[in-house]
This record gives sequence, structure tokens and C-alpha cells, in this order.
Amino acid sequence: MTDLPVPSEDLPVHAEAPPARFRKRLRQFAESPGAVVGLIALAVIVLVAVLAPLISPQNPYDLMQLDIMDSRLPPGSQSFDGLPYLLGTDSQGRDILSGIFYGLRTSLMVGVVSAIAAAIIGTAAGLLAAYLGGRTETLLMRLVDLQLSFPTILMALMMLAVLGKGVINVVIALIIAEWATYARTVRATALVEREKEYIEAARCLRLPGWRILFRHLLPNCLASVIVIGTMQVARAIGLEATLSFLGLGASVTEPSLGMLISNGYQYLLSGLYWISFFPGIALLITIVAINLVGDRLRDILNPRNS
Amino acid sequence: MVTSLIRRTFQALIVLFAMTAIVFVGVNVIGNPVDILINPDANAAEKARVIAHFGLDKPLWEQYLRFLGGIVQGDFGTSFVYNKPALGLILERMPATLELAFTALFIALAVGLPLGLYAGLYPNRVSSKVIMSGSILGFSLPTFWVGLMLVLVFSVELGWLPSNGRGDTVELFGVRWSFLTGDGLRHLLLPAFNLALFKTSLVLRLTRAGVQEVLPQEYVKFARAKGLTERRVIFVHVLKNLMIPVITIVGLEFGSLIAFSVVTESIFAWPGMGKLIIDSINLLDRPVIVAYLMMMVVLFVVLNFVIEICYTLLDPRVRLNARD
Repeated sequence: MTDLPVPSEDLPVHAEAPPARFRKRLRQFAESPGAVVGLIALAVIVLVAVLAPLISPQNPYDLMQLDIMDSRLPPGSQSFDGLPYLLGTDSQGRDILSGIFYGLRTSLMVGVVSAIAAAIIGTAAGLLAAYLGGRTETLLMRLVDLQLSFPTILMALMMLAVLGKGVINVVIALIIAEWATYARTVRATALVEREKEYIEAARCLRLPGWRILFRHLLPNCLASVIVIGTMQVARAIGLEATLSFLGLGASVTEPSLGMLISNGYQYLLSGLYWISFFPGIALLITIVAINLVGDRLRDILNPRNS
Repeated sequence: MVTSLIRRTFQALIVLFAMTAIVFVGVNVIGNPVDILINPDANAAEKARVIAHFGLDKPLWEQYLRFLGGIVQGDFGTSFVYNKPALGLILERMPATLELAFTALFIALAVGLPLGLYAGLYPNRVSSKVIMSGSILGFSLPTFWVGLMLVLVFSVELGWLPSNGRGDTVELFGVRWSFLTGDGLRHLLLPAFNLALFKTSLVLRLTRAGVQEVLPQEYVKFARAKGLTERRVIFVHVLKNLMIPVITIVGLEFGSLIAFSVVTESIFAWPGMGKLIIDSINLLDRPVIVAYLMMMVVLFVVLNFVIEICYTLLDPRVRLNARD
């Protein structure tokens, strides 16, 4: 009796109950100190962005609160009313720290919204291509190939050249530039999943096509979508910052991080480093934190590793 | 070989054609050229005259044919800002961008290949781990911010290198180049390094991954068993098999270097195509935008085409598959 196969850790993930699986994944995640640091940093950043109106020393969008007397003060200075400017002020007397808090809102919003929208469109396209096959697949995948042969920034520039400047247009440009990545990955995963027994079983049960697609195929492709999605949020934030830096994104009055950096550029050459430097650091921490988390998620969720 | 060449050429032409349609529809249908071309204060007669002049009252297919005809003749219209042919403006700026992109590519390969090889051969050394962590930074740091920091450190604080323009240029083959003069080289260094950063990380990681994939292969073991020197094993057997992914990436990324030079050129006031396109988008200089986009489309289609051909020449397996 002793040589009966004993259920081991190596069983396919489908066999585990969801809570146990989740706890195992959580434990796996915590094994990497970098990822934990990233997750904590990310939590703080999101919290700061959400609570920005409550915790900012100043509302940087409210022109009434800005004092031109306080412009271009170095970090650690005091305002006219005795308020400290921890990270200094920019050319309009805007507190850099508050600017960063509010800028994070715009940046995170653009990153998350565009990544989610691109994920939905891309996943739908990838699933349809894999499930329907034939002409639909050829057409969709040709489009994906075509798009992926152009760099994202060029696609985004093309879109902005057509749509004009502005945050909303940047979001649209990012969605159009990034959906193809999801479509390609989801199709590849779905093609493998489609051949497995549980799909065949679902077909034998004569379940309707949409049910097989969304209840059976989709959940098993989600792991890769989550992994790409995390990375894409970071990419989108970076790209939005770049486009805003080039003057094609956020408006001057409601700056994102990229716009803040861009505002400070002309002063950088005269040694007023803080206007660009600190928003850049905030951008950097955000992107690195998301990437650390995403890297770990990829290691855990990659079926080849489990 | 010949059939696949013909088929690829045909595919490339279809892509080109499709992209002209997309750019045309994008600029002329989604964006309204009338708003851009006409002064909002103009009266009705003036508006009608301009619309007729640019053929905007004609049906769409006729406008498209006119647009295609223009492209074939290299005529993209006249820049509103510079009052010069749009294509000429772009071609004028092209050498500066190409110079920057090639220098960046050179840096990326010169730094990325040896470091990647090292990190792949000795993955457990501390120095390898430092290199790999550094490459993660190279990926994560936004290019434009690194550019600003380079300016801050090397131009503002240390005062070693200039932060804008091309410096002295020398004319060679009728084009002005910076890399032939000492001053030009000094101007070239920061922007090229900035542009190269991301690609260096990419080449580095790719090389390392390649080395680790190739090392356990039978033919490497066999080469070692034959008693070949470690040098020959690494430089002939390992490196040669790495070249396919590296060449693909170098080819593909060369295009993206040109696209990303938009950012670097804006920071360092490098007078190339990228700076021109950003200025044109900001000033709504439509002919220049269209000309730039079409140039990039042609560039990418040609690059992809060349890479496919290189593939076929380098890897016999691709050739065999194509025959099926």
C-alpha cells in the first residue's frame, strides 16, 4: 500500500481548492523580499494618490493658494505664511510635494485605465481569434503583427498626431498602442487551453459557445493577462510621462508627473534641480515598484514554474 | 528562396498600402484638415477657396488617390511653418537622427554584448548579479528622466559635456556630420548614451539568456569534449548561435531607436527628425506630420523585410519551413 501515489505539491493547480491555492501563492510571493518591498511601496503610492486632497500641504490646482512670492524656493524653505516646502516650489510657487501627490493621481489613473481597457479589448480579440480560428484569426493576428512591428511610442505619436493633445487622447493612444500585446499572448495561451480535456468535456456537454469562452477558456488565460497587465501599467505610466514631457499630454494647470518634470526642465540648466528631480524620483519609484511586483507575479503565475 | 522572397515583397507592399490608407483616414477623416488649414477668422469665400485649393471638396476616394499620387512622387505638400516641401525638411534632418541612432546602437552592442556574455558565463559571481540588477534599472528608468539627470550631472554640475545642439559639423558626401569633429563628438556623447541605455539593457539580457540556453546544448559539450580551447568554444560555437536573436533585436530595435530619438532629441535640442515631428505636432504642421509618419512606415516595413531575409540566410531551418 505504501507505493500508492501520494498527492504531492506538484499536482496541477486545478486540483487545489481556491483558498489554499491563494494562500500558497501569497506565500510564494512573500519569498522574494524585493517583491514585498515593491508591493509595500506600491500600496503607499496608491494610498497617497487616493488621499492626495487630504494629505497635501497645498492644493496645487487652486490658483488662490499659490503665491508667486514663493516661486522657485529650494527644498526645506518656508513659505511666506510659515508653511514648510519640504521639496521646494516650482516657477509658479507650487509646492513640489503637493504637485507630486496630485500628479500621481493623474499618472496612476492614466496607467490603470489604459491598461485595463487595453486588456479587455486585447483579451477579447485573442480569445475570439483562438476560439473561432479561420478568417477571423488570420485577420486579427495580421493586425496584431502589423501593430507590434511598430514601437509603442510611434503608435502613440501617430494617434496623438491624429487626435490632438490632451490626457484623454493619451489614454486612447495608449489603449490602441497596447491592446495587441494582450491579444497575442491570450491567443497563444488559449490555443493551448483549447485542446485540453476540460474544454472537450464542456463541448460534449453542448454548452453554448459564449459559456465555453467566458467561463472555461477565459479564467484559464487570466494568469497571463494579469502578468502583462501589471507590466503594462508601468509602461503606460512611463509612456504617459514621456508624452507629457514632450508637451503632448497633460495640461499645464493639472500636471501629471511627466508634466511636472517637463516644467522644471528649463530651470534645470540654471541649477534649480528640485523642480524636475523629485517628480522624477516619484515616477521612478512607482515604475520600479510595479515592475518588482509584476516580475514576481510572472514567476509565480507562469505555469512552467509550478 | 525566390518564391519566399517574392511573397515577402508582396506582403511588404500590402502593409505599405494599408498604412497609407490608415494614415490618410486618420489625418483627413478623424482629424479635420479644414480646421487646421484655415484661419478661424476667415470669411466663407476665403474658406471655400482654401477648401477648393486643397481639393477637400472632392469625394474621399479622389482625395486618397491624389494623396497616393503625391506620395509616389515624393510630394507631401508644403510645410505651413517653414514654407518648404515637407519631405525635403525631413530628409534635411535625417542625417542628424541617423548619426545619433547609429552611435547609440554601437554603444548598446559594445557594452551589452560583452557584459551579457560575462553574466551568462559566470551567473553566480557577484559582479554578474550587479550587472543584471543594473540592467533592470536600464529597463525601468524612463529615458527622458535619465536624459535630464545626465544633463544635470555632466553639464550643469560637472560642466564636462555640452547639453544641447550638434556642435561643430564637417561636411562629408554633402551631408553635415558631428562625429568627425572633437566638439561634435562631445555633443554626441550624452544624447547617444541616453538613447542607448534601454537598448544596452536589452542586448545584455538577451545575450545572457542566449548564453545560458546554448551552454547546456550537446554541440557545446561536444566541442569541449573535442578538446577545443574555451576561447574557441565561446567565440565560435556559443556566440555564433546567439547571433540570430541578437540580429533580430538589433534590426527591430534600430527602428525603435529612431522612434525614441524623439525624446532624446527634445531633451538635448538635437536638430533631427524627432525634434521636428514634436514641433510639428505642437504647431499642427500637417504635411510634415504625414510625411514623417509615412517615412517611419516605410522604414519599418523595409527593416522588417531585411530582417526576414537575414533570418533566411542565417538559419537554414527557416528556409526549410518556408518551402513547405
